[in-house]
Amino acid sequence: MKRFAPTLVLTIALGLLVPVSVWAADPPSAADLEAELVCPVCETTLDQSNAPVAERMKVFIRERIAAGDTEQEIKDALVAEFGSGVLATPGKRGFGLLAWLIPLAAIAVGALAVGLLVRGWTRRGVPADDDPAPLDAGLERRLDEELARFDG
Amino acid sequence: MSRRLLLVAQGTAIGLVVLLFALLLWKLVADEGGSIASATDRGERPPAPEFTLERLDREGDLTLSSLRGKAVVLNFWASWCIPCKEEAPYLEEVWQANRDDGLVVVGLDAKDFRRDARAFAERFELTFPIVYDGPGSTLSSWGVQGFPETFVIDRRERVVESFLGAVNSDEDRARLRAAIERALEP
Repeated sequence: MKRFAPTLVLTIALGLLVPVSVWAADPPSAADLEAELVCPVCETTLDQSNAPVAERMKVFIRERIAAGDTEQEIKDALVAEFGSGVLATPGKRGFGLLAWLIPLAAIAVGALAVGLLVRGWTRRGVPADDDPAPLDAGLERRLDEELARFDG
Repeated sequence: MSRRLLLVAQGTAIGLVVLLFALLLWKLVADEGGSIASATDRGERPPAPEFTLERLDREGDLTLSSLRGKAVVLNFWASWCIPCKEEAPYLEEVWQANRDDGLVVVGLDAKDFRRDARAFAERFELTFPIVYDGPGSTLSSWGVQGFPETFVIDRRERVVESFLGAVNSDEDRARLRAAIERALEP
């Protein structure tokens, strides 16, 4: 029993740690948020801007992180003040969804067009007549000799 | 078949380029701004672009056309704008001096936090109506490119004068008084 005591203690300790790591989400990072939000005046991301309103937004982000807000709550609060244009990436619903779908559709259409073009070019490259052109007599004789040597 | 496909692909590509060019042109024209200021500089009275915005000084919204029949001094500002701080007390003076004659000063706070805008109004003891446009959606229709900018609108909703930057100099203030007189004419 004594032999297994350390293993048992370790197992219990790990068992206690797992739920903590599962439930305790990391607080959002100010640096990440500043890279994902846009200054409404200069229209660059906050981390690239030192405009007064951008500085004010950075302070707001730190205040909300300290207050325990999640990343989404902070973004929602800023959208409520400045509109959806404050998000560096468009939303994945409503009109913003188009910004995600249109490039994907363009890639699909482009791939289809390239595929069709390549198919057209490949087909054009194949001669319509399946009979090969007759070989030069000298070349045919040499080929026969090579084949005979190879077989022999 | 492939030739027709090639033609379709070329047509689509050309169409896309034309579309992108048109979008670029539209964006340039839309962002040009200053058209109202240019018109008032030429002595014209362009119609005031309409807006309906949330009020910060009380509950509800304010629609510009609801002020038809009154002269309006519309001031675009933000709490983080330093010249706006210098100008704010003077606008309050203008409002107090002319409100009984039918003038309304409207502060339009844009690209700002509501909380900061309210604190600004409290700090400078502003009592005129203040509306809030956080995303700045009204700025392009008015051609506003910076803060502060001020427009004087007559009783028939036409813009009679515009000021880029703070109305702080004696010259600007004289021009504002003259514009208010014109705007108040029946």
